[in-house]
Amino acid sequence: MMLHAVRVREVPSGFEALVAGHVLAKGRLSQDPYVTNEELCGLVEAIAARQDREAFARLFKHFAPRLKGFGMRRGTDAASSEELAQETMLTVWRKARSFDPRRATVSTWIFTIVRNKRIDLFRRQGHPDADLDEVAETVYEGPAADEELDKVQSGNALRKALTVLPKDQITVLHKAFFEDKSHSVIAEELGLPLGTVKSRIRLALTRLRGALPEDCQ
Amino acid sequence: MINHHPADELLFDYAAGALGEGPALAIAGHVAMCEACQEHVAMLEAVGGALLEGIRGEPVSEGLLAATLAMLDAPEPAQVEASSERLPSGDPIPEPLLPYLGRGLANLAWRKVGGIIAAVEEARLPVAAKGIKVALMRLKAGSLMPMHTHRGNEYTLVLAGGFSDSGKEFGPGDFVASDSTHTHQPVVDDDGDCLCLVVLDAPLRLSGAMGRIFNPFLRI
Repeated sequence: MMLHAVRVREVPSGFEALVAGHVLAKGRLSQDPYVTNEELCGLVEAIAARQDREAFARLFKHFAPRLKGFGMRRGTDAASSEELAQETMLTVWRKARSFDPRRATVSTWIFTIVRNKRIDLFRRQGHPDADLDEVAETVYEGPAADEELDKVQSGNALRKALTVLPKDQITVLHKAFFEDKSHSVIAEELGLPLGTVKSRIRLALTRLRGALPEDCQ
Repeated sequence: MINHHPADELLFDYAAGALGEGPALAIAGHVAMCEACQEHVAMLEAVGGALLEGIRGEPVSEGLLAATLAMLDAPEPAQVEASSERLPSGDPIPEPLLPYLGRGLANLAWRKVGGIIAAVEEARLPVAAKGIKVALMRLKAGSLMPMHTHRGNEYTLVLAGGFSDSGKEFGPGDFVASDSTHTHQPVVDDDGDCLCLVVLDAPLRLSGAMGRIFNPFLRI
């Protein structure tokens, strides 16, 4: 009975949550409360400003499981996926000062780091902009401008918009972003003409773009 | 003024991390030079970020946080030394290329290809991926390249100078993707050498009798 009750309380998360829709938007992801981009920005800024380990630990708890999940969805084993999560978080620590909230949300910034790191881990010789982390050290000069607020809000808006996309559009986006598949491979797997995959992605992106404030488009 | 951009799906696959090292390098180089594509890729990466936010997490080992905290004070890995050298045009070398250039453009292993009268020099770049060729090519001003087609895909990013092909003009930052359906015969602008990044994922096929003699791409 207890077991049953626990199961019922389990809220689908991740991709399943996106497909089921609205779950994130309604903030019902019990063990994983909705964290706004503003809060995440605050943590990165605390690391940048004063090497705040407490902030790092909170950021780690939020992202490390997602980063491990990202690796595993792309076919990397559990141990290597943990290594991937760890290396990504170490880069977050080292590069916190180059994070610019006017250019990207925290999730987007970390997505680009893990994307490059993952390829890096396999090739060990680097992906084009994996090494960019090393050469392009622009230092963020502190909070500024209304743009920042727009970007912050757009990150949250985008997350909401994702929860209401039709399932077939979410499926192709997800295959592309988390299973490392090019358009043509997705088409093959879903038994769809390439043109259909392209148009689903285009439709999804158009809808998502609609969720962004104009100057972020 | 950049007129030729990668197709949307290439930019998408690049942003999602689904491209191989060679094509990704060509796209990254173009994106570094092209403001419009930077915005486009930033939007796609924002989608990736939002998806990452919504992904189902996998619980990590108990000690992972402590182990990571213990590593925070370790010295950073050696930084890649950025070449301060510029392109022949005076413009900066696109950042994604820098890690591949070692001690700079002039110090790459340039060699003439296609014989003594060759108008082409190439320097292969060190990529880990197998079965592809990534090279910088220097095409002599005013020269005519042999007519050729490909068995696979070819991605060309113009870094400096320019050429025309099938009635279209290509200059710095322009990106060209071609496959086996294209036959082309570029003519290099006569006001300066043209420097390109070329990525080939299969050997070229020659379409003209003279191509076999002059084809610069033979030794993939």
